[in-house]
Amino acid sequence: MRHLTICSGWNKKMRYIFLFVFLLVLMLLLFGLAICIGSVRVPPAEVLKVLTGKETEETVKNIIWQIRFPRALAAIILGGALALSGYLLQTFFHNPIAGPFVLGISSGAKLVVALVMVFFIGNAGKVSSFLLILAAFAGAMLAMGFVLLISKKLRQMSMLVVSGVMIGYICSAITDFVVTFAEDADIVNLHNWSMGSFSGISWANVAVMTVVVFLTAFLIFLLSKPIGAYQLGEAYAKNMGVNIRLFRILLVLLSSILSACVTAFAGPVSFVGIAVPQLIKNLFHTAKPILMIPACFLGGGVCCLLCDLIARTLFAPTELSISTVTAIFGAPVVIYVMIRQKKENIE
Amino acid sequence: MDDYYFSVKQMTVGYDGKALIRDIAFHIKKGEILTLIGPNGAGKSTILKSIIGQLKLLAGTVTLENERIDRMEAAERAKKMAVVLTGQIRTELMTCVDVVATGRYPYTGRLGLLSEEDKRIVEEAMELVHVKELGERDFLTVSDGQKQRIMLARAIAQQPEILVLDEPTSYLDIKYKLEFLSILQDMAKKKKLTVIMSLHELDLAERVSDKVLCVKGENVGRYGPPEDVFTPGYVSSLYDIKEGSFDEISGRAELPRVQGEPKLFVIAGGGSGTHLYRSLQREKIPFSTGVLWENDLDYPVAEALAVRVIKEKAFLRIREDTFEKAKKEIDRCEKVVCCLKSFGELNRENEELCSYAKSQGKFMEGDALWQK
Repeated sequence: MRHLTICSGWNKKMRYIFLFVFLLVLMLLLFGLAICIGSVRVPPAEVLKVLTGKETEETVKNIIWQIRFPRALAAIILGGALALSGYLLQTFFHNPIAGPFVLGISSGAKLVVALVMVFFIGNAGKVSSFLLILAAFAGAMLAMGFVLLISKKLRQMSMLVVSGVMIGYICSAITDFVVTFAEDADIVNLHNWSMGSFSGISWANVAVMTVVVFLTAFLIFLLSKPIGAYQLGEAYAKNMGVNIRLFRILLVLLSSILSACVTAFAGPVSFVGIAVPQLIKNLFHTAKPILMIPACFLGGGVCCLLCDLIARTLFAPTELSISTVTAIFGAPVVIYVMIRQKKENIE
Repeated sequence: MDDYYFSVKQMTVGYDGKALIRDIAFHIKKGEILTLIGPNGAGKSTILKSIIGQLKLLAGTVTLENERIDRMEAAERAKKMAVVLTGQIRTELMTCVDVVATGRYPYTGRLGLLSEEDKRIVEEAMELVHVKELGERDFLTVSDGQKQRIMLARAIAQQPEILVLDEPTSYLDIKYKLEFLSILQDMAKKKKLTVIMSLHELDLAERVSDKVLCVKGENVGRYGPPEDVFTPGYVSSLYDIKEGSFDEISGRAELPRVQGEPKLFVIAGGGSGTHLYRSLQREKIPFSTGVLWENDLDYPVAEALAVRVIKEKAFLRIREDTFEKAKKEIDRCEKVVCCLKSFGELNRENEELCSYAKSQGKFMEGDALWQK
């Protein structure tokens, strides 16, 4: 692949198109698998029957239409949101191993969502999707606020990540505490959610997350020009006419909305936020935001579809938490990135 | 008001509300080059950062064509002013072309896509600075000097009217230093580009600048055309030079002279002694020299390095008492060396000094004997 990077604009363009098509095909393929594979195996012909509304068994129809479709769609949308959020944070902190999970933002969101859920399960019963997102957003902003405060004091980026992990641990500890003492029948669900999982997502959830995530992603895409300028550093970006204050606020807000949305529906999902943008950057061999924003979204979707598929089929009927699987894929990528960074610094 | 293109009035700069330098003022016309000189940490970068709006002014105004720069629309300002800053930028998977292309930012549309016109301008800028062959290389893999030239190409691609550069030549070798400054000079004179920069190379600053601003301490020092700034002794006081010396006329720096009673007397002139003076300095041998005219090529170096210089006023014959002084100096020294290969009508006395040394048994024949 190396030689491809040193050639003309035309070849570059072909390469980008090829990679986008590749990601899309991969996503469709995995989506198909996610619909067909599971505790009940459904052949593709049967799925087609369900989709076209022909006569099928009621249980099969329910499994396909009420469980697997929303779940697979959620994996794509939330995976994309997660990768995009990671890409923004990496840009914001000029740090290749930044992501919503390591910086404690997911855990902050998790904490507030858990508090709200426990409170509502005790009192009112049901919690609306929007309220969950709002709670997650509040938690994400809280954690982000802490991270920003620390980042002002600490110039060293590795220390920033360490402090993010610490914030994450504190939030997780309090969440566990809350979950443990909230005795209720629904606690099993809460527990599953707090470990991270795409299970139990309804069509209504999918509708809400589609609106939130796609709107945010669109706004981010519109920001791709200043993001590109910001990659040269704040000083140059400012000289190029970027309103740095506004830009930074937008970046923080949009990335927090995305990771909050993920946490609200699927709980904390580790490593996708760091690993996917890194993989995509190296695959495309560029960090240009105008390409990275859609590509990270697709990549995140592909990654989460695959990981969710593994999580629910590997030891079926027992389901693994999604973070267990993403960590196995993601952590080595992070280690690889750190080693490569070190090398570059020495050179 | 006035026909100055860029004006700074009563500017006070500093960090976090703490004033570092007060009452800075200068005015430059379109197409002029202003250079900031001064010791490390004197505040050159602080002044430049304040001018370009990275730092808030603590007092005073900066105006571009009589318009206050802090009130200008950011996008408009970006079309007029480009910068090259110190400190390396950390890019990620960006090629050199990508970096230069960011200069087109103020001119591209909502999504920042480059038009054919933009691409042509980027290419031209890279050709001008001779970095075109680096085009598709990853920015991180090129040398520091190449990076500096790429950042200049980037600034040129921004098509500014005024260019602000902070120590832009620090990583360049002498060839590229000269090339870099001649590009700036060409653009200043032909395209009326105004340049404000800081330089550590005083010799080059003296040659390229229309105006020089000296920065040191609470207030700025001298400001004006280089011939008014670089007067003998000023640089030494500006930089507080204690070890060694700087010659303002030639822009030449010399290491400190070797102190002590001179062991060797060097007869030189017309540039024949300079290399020997420096060798003696390296070998830490104190020496005296003469007879030199004050306009001799060897004279400034001799003044910087010799313990005593027996000198004669320019355009005069060597007078009797000067000759006697030289003889006395030879008496005090252990050995005498002559760098002159031949003598002319005017320096007969130096030839006589040689004979005198021979008669005293102090004259050393051949090269490198003095090294003992």
